[in-house]
Amino acid sequence: MANFTLPSNSRIGLGKDWKAPAGAKRVREFRIYRWSPDDGQNPRTDTYEVDLDTCGPMVLDALIKIKNEIDPTLTFRRSCREGICGSCAMNIDGGNTLACLKPIEEVTGAVRITPLPHMPVVKDLVPDLSQIYAQLRSIDPWLKTDSPAPPDAERLQSREERAELDGLWECILCFCCSTACPSYWWNGDRYLGPAVLLQAYRWIADSRDERTGERLDSLEDPFKLYRCHTIMNCTDTCPKGLNPAKAIGAIKQLIVERQV
Amino acid sequence: MRDVRDALFVARNSDDKLISRPLSPHLQVYRWPLSMALSISHRVTGVGLAIGTLLMTWWLVAAAVSDDAFAQVQWFLGTPLGILLLLGWSAALFFHFFTGLRHLAWDAGYGFDKPWYERSGWAVIAATIVATLLLWIIGFAVW
Repeated sequence: MANFTLPSNSRIGLGKDWKAPAGAKRVREFRIYRWSPDDGQNPRTDTYEVDLDTCGPMVLDALIKIKNEIDPTLTFRRSCREGICGSCAMNIDGGNTLACLKPIEEVTGAVRITPLPHMPVVKDLVPDLSQIYAQLRSIDPWLKTDSPAPPDAERLQSREERAELDGLWECILCFCCSTACPSYWWNGDRYLGPAVLLQAYRWIADSRDERTGERLDSLEDPFKLYRCHTIMNCTDTCPKGLNPAKAIGAIKQLIVERQV
Repeated sequence: MRDVRDALFVARNSDDKLISRPLSPHLQVYRWPLSMALSISHRVTGVGLAIGTLLMTWWLVAAAVSDDAFAQVQWFLGTPLGILLLLGWSAALFFHFFTGLRHLAWDAGYGFDKPWYERSGWAVIAATIVATLLLWIIGFAVW
């Protein structure tokens, strides 16, 4: 249910200040959300001063520098550092994005970093994604067919059929979009959210899939699909430039079309 | 109905003690895109219109009751408060109408792409201001 404030154990207090080394010229403040399961305290905001002259250009570079050189207890997910793994998704300067694709110079003033919004926090910038993974599992994100595969070739598509999947297959499941969606914040227990619905459409739109009707049946639900109110935060925030809102609109249209 | 996500807020710490996890900040940190503000405004103006309809109903009922009752409503709607209410009601009506058209376009599959949903958002705001101003200029001219 919609609760616009944070529960008492989630209110954020002030944390430590970590000053830049003397002589640093291009200093930028990073205000980072911290929470540890082991100290029994509320979350807090630690402020780290980073010398940009000795730091790479992206927010992830700064996070790694902080972890390596200032505070090794800072916890965050990262892997590929080039926007293809989706691990370093977080809220930077009020918007969800990948830390590895976000230039520090795009942020004016202090760089505020919090975990993906409205999620249970495992530690610091690491959210628990179990719910969203279970929802992804629920839409059967794989090719389903009844006809036997051709014995001598793959299941082929025309160029046009393949083009239907452009803008869908590129999703890296970072969940920036789902955690940017107010509907998902308030109703994420039953609403599937933009990332999972884009995946659902990726299989609906696939010319080789033979269970389109079944997929549409399972989505035709006031909560699973129709909690989307076209707020557009998903499309606005997607670090890969994809359009989940459009995919959801396409699902809604297909459901209407088969009824007329 | 119980929220299934509640279970994800229970965890064990390094000492194997049960603890409760915090909820990460959402409205507290999220920078509002224009479309998010317009979306919630669409709902708020919808509620406002329903309440504003009471004003219209009062006006119509009074007209059916007596000259005195009608004069009373007319007097009230001419006071600064009455004019403010009517101004708000008419602006809400135009806003809700134009955002409604935007939703209609989306439902038909148009206007999802990046520059367009932003442009249509600004267009809604501009159209609301222009239509409200026009209505009131015409209204005062006739009055």
